[in-house]
Amino acid sequence: MANRKSAALFDEPGCTTNRAKSDTQRKIGCSARSLAPGAAAGGCAFDGAKIALQPIADAAHLVHGPIACEGNSWDSRHALSSGPQLFRTGMTTDLSELDIIHGGEKKLYRAIKAIVERFRPPAVFVYVTCVPALTGDDVETVCAVASEDFATPVIPVDAPGFVGSKSLGNKLAGKVLLERVIGTREPATVTACDINLIGEYNVAGELWQVKPLLDRLGIRILAAITGDGRYADVASAHRARVNMVVCSQAMVALARGMEERFGIPFFEGSFYGIGNTSDALRRLADHLVRAGAPADLADRTEALIAGEEQRTNDVLARYRLQLTGKRVLLYTGGVKSWSVVSALHELGMTVVGTSVRKSTAEDQDRIRDLLGEEAMLVGQVPAKEMYRRLRAGEADILMSGGRTQFVALKTKTPWLDINQERDDAYAGYDGIASLARRLHGTLTSPVWAEVRRPAPWTLTGLAS
Amino acid sequence: MDTYGLGVMNAARAPSKPCAIKPLKLSPALGGALAFLGLNRALPLLHGSQGCTAFALVLAVRHFREAIPLQTTAMSEINAILGGTDNLEQAIDTIFKRAAPAVIGICSTALTETRDDDIAGDLKLIRGRHPEWGDLAVVYAKTPDFLGSLEQGWAAAVEAIVEALVPPLAGPRRSGSVNVLAGSHLTPGDVEALREMIEAFGLTPIILPDLSGSLDGHVPDDHVPTTLGGTDAEAIARMGQSVLTLAVGEQMRDAAAALERKCGVPFQVFGRLTGLAACDRFVAKLMAISGATAPEWVRRQRSRLVDAMLDSHASVSNRQVAVAGEPDMIRAVAGFLGDLGVHTAVAVTPTVAPDLAAVVGGRLIVGDLDDLETALGEAEAGDVDLIIANSHGEEIARSCGVPLYRAGFPIFDRLGAGHRVTVGYEGSRELLFALANLFIEYGHHQRAAGLAPSANPIGGAREHAPASSH
Repeated sequence: MANRKSAALFDEPGCTTNRAKSDTQRKIGCSARSLAPGAAAGGCAFDGAKIALQPIADAAHLVHGPIACEGNSWDSRHALSSGPQLFRTGMTTDLSELDIIHGGEKKLYRAIKAIVERFRPPAVFVYVTCVPALTGDDVETVCAVASEDFATPVIPVDAPGFVGSKSLGNKLAGKVLLERVIGTREPATVTACDINLIGEYNVAGELWQVKPLLDRLGIRILAAITGDGRYADVASAHRARVNMVVCSQAMVALARGMEERFGIPFFEGSFYGIGNTSDALRRLADHLVRAGAPADLADRTEALIAGEEQRTNDVLARYRLQLTGKRVLLYTGGVKSWSVVSALHELGMTVVGTSVRKSTAEDQDRIRDLLGEEAMLVGQVPAKEMYRRLRAGEADILMSGGRTQFVALKTKTPWLDINQERDDAYAGYDGIASLARRLHGTLTSPVWAEVRRPAPWTLTGLAS
Repeated sequence: MDTYGLGVMNAARAPSKPCAIKPLKLSPALGGALAFLGLNRALPLLHGSQGCTAFALVLAVRHFREAIPLQTTAMSEINAILGGTDNLEQAIDTIFKRAAPAVIGICSTALTETRDDDIAGDLKLIRGRHPEWGDLAVVYAKTPDFLGSLEQGWAAAVEAIVEALVPPLAGPRRSGSVNVLAGSHLTPGDVEALREMIEAFGLTPIILPDLSGSLDGHVPDDHVPTTLGGTDAEAIARMGQSVLTLAVGEQMRDAAAALERKCGVPFQVFGRLTGLAACDRFVAKLMAISGATAPEWVRRQRSRLVDAMLDSHASVSNRQVAVAGEPDMIRAVAGFLGDLGVHTAVAVTPTVAPDLAAVVGGRLIVGDLDDLETALGEAEAGDVDLIIANSHGEEIARSCGVPLYRAGFPIFDRLGAGHRVTVGYEGSRELLFALANLFIEYGHHQRAAGLAPSANPIGGAREHAPASSH
């Protein structure tokens, strides 16, 4: 069942990569790598769905499955909430052998009941995992009955891990929002300057670096989908005037769906770096003015951009001297493979390589625009190869996710976290300043020279 | 064998609670993989969807702060329906070609055990098709998510290693050779401390699993795609010739018994090696096996622990703690604290362990961290002075206004989780000081807050007395 649904997901008119494919290629799907037993890395579809939906902070997120899916992963993502913390509470039906033999539907119903009675959430998301998908629990029906019985939206998220990658899970989550959540409520008020940010998960508080800029322009985030999210806001997101898809190819389908269904135009952008941030603000203002916002919004936006760029450049000047010319190996995915590149260029750094393992052809074109044809586009780099490159001094610093961290550190090479689990926010004008500060701190640390010191027993001529 | 039989397992959660909230339980496959990481040149392989591996990997990386070799059979929906034999074969072959490990440790998951595949039988067939794999050891541990928690997975893997890699006809006894089966609650630092202690008596320990070689946080000269240290397969093959097996942790009992059945090596289980009496029993045993007396440094360490107990007794006695974790961690910590007059008011464990009631004076709950929070909410203020739990306990401790001592797995918000030593005389002393210092710090504020006069202030010039020292 999940298979048929995912096949439809792979037919995405809003995606340039997808349009360029033949029918056969399209059916195969858009995960760049097929999952190779014994050589696969990365999260599953359930992981991806959870990443996309869990930031809805006041909702309950119930994982229907055995212990591994939630027991090993709860409260490990750094999406932040300014209010409710219910989203951080791990909840799982923790299926036992008997539950699996007899079917987990009754237990799931009782779990939903217990959660609604205790936490009174505005909605419950129920994540289907591999085992109940395999044994055929009718989660759809349980959720429908529970919604009725408890007068609370209970939303099944059919993205069991074995249907595919994290990115597919992102897409499935977008589909759930489009089909079951967005448009089910009306906002209390609407303004001519209402926007949605799609794919911004407020990791380490990045949304909060952008929001003050929008506040100053009088642009209201009707819904952040889903960073620091609230169920009612997401449910009433269909009244926005424009959608910005923030660094997420996987969420383009959601934006396109909203365009189709609710007539909301969308564009893709990024808040990493001065240029990207200014560009995003301009495009937001432009869309809003065209949709009926006061015409002076464009001028006010330019004024804000001019002031912020000046202020930020002054701050960056402090770090540029030591960052200029430093070579960065960027090992991340998708949109970040180019959006972070331009941020690093603004700091005067040289990007010696960027990974395109999760990037689309469009992403890769943008990288070539930024880095020229000689740009080293790396695919999936096995740990051994990564170790060799860093050991050989091919980069002054590696920016990657936590899992490659220790490969870099064992080579005594500086490293900076750029993915999900990081504690620092790098969005907007303040974000690039933070990034500069962190890069500067890491690259100029005396510890690198210290740890490379030869051990006394490797030195000759000292023994006596 | 059926220690964790279904009847017991399902008594685990009260019927009133149909779900785990703030889970304490971890997947047994993660436990199994961690055990395999204690073998040299090993690569654990989770037989499930790639997410099973990704979650386990992230957690292990965050805890140990090391690159962790861990692979997946990457089961898809179709494979899950039709059977995973092909994935298993392909995964082993790929790992063999790419990483050339000495051992591949396979841990099944709920996904692959739900179909009730005959994985052991499949492996025999697969093996027959690949003579080129040579002496590559392939060990399979049955670790479905629906049976137990991390400890059970660890125990299943160790037992599987014993069954697969210790030959029944081992050869003559080697005097001075002792086996140590190390439970999942022991850190790489603990294992190192045990080795030093045992070697001090002139004995040669074979420690299984040995995380002190693989996850002790050292900087190797080159990248290795497998574990870079741990128990050698050749050493495991000699375990049948040892004179005794020292099983550290109740969880190691079944594996020790399996080794006895197979090779006639007698065993003794040490429920804990934290605390004076517990260490004394261990040392007495080492003296008996070796015929040697305790060296000076061991005597000195014992004396220091005794001194620490004397110095801290006023700070710790009559204190109350809440502990949440896997049973052997609770046995060690709550048991030791009991020796010192610290009452364990609440203990929460993810799986049934009937004997824990004897260790825990207060309430013993089979459940999750939400149950801990609820129990603490029901307790009188001041009933609990300290919470001992993994990093997920942080929020609960903060909301209760009680300090947290991080213990168990995972510890992701502090450095050095793998280096902390709480076994042996010295480790016991370190643990005692750490806990006593928390009591002192917290107790000081609490007492000051309780004593400061809130009405009828001292002196005529003041209008209001401070309500507390804060």
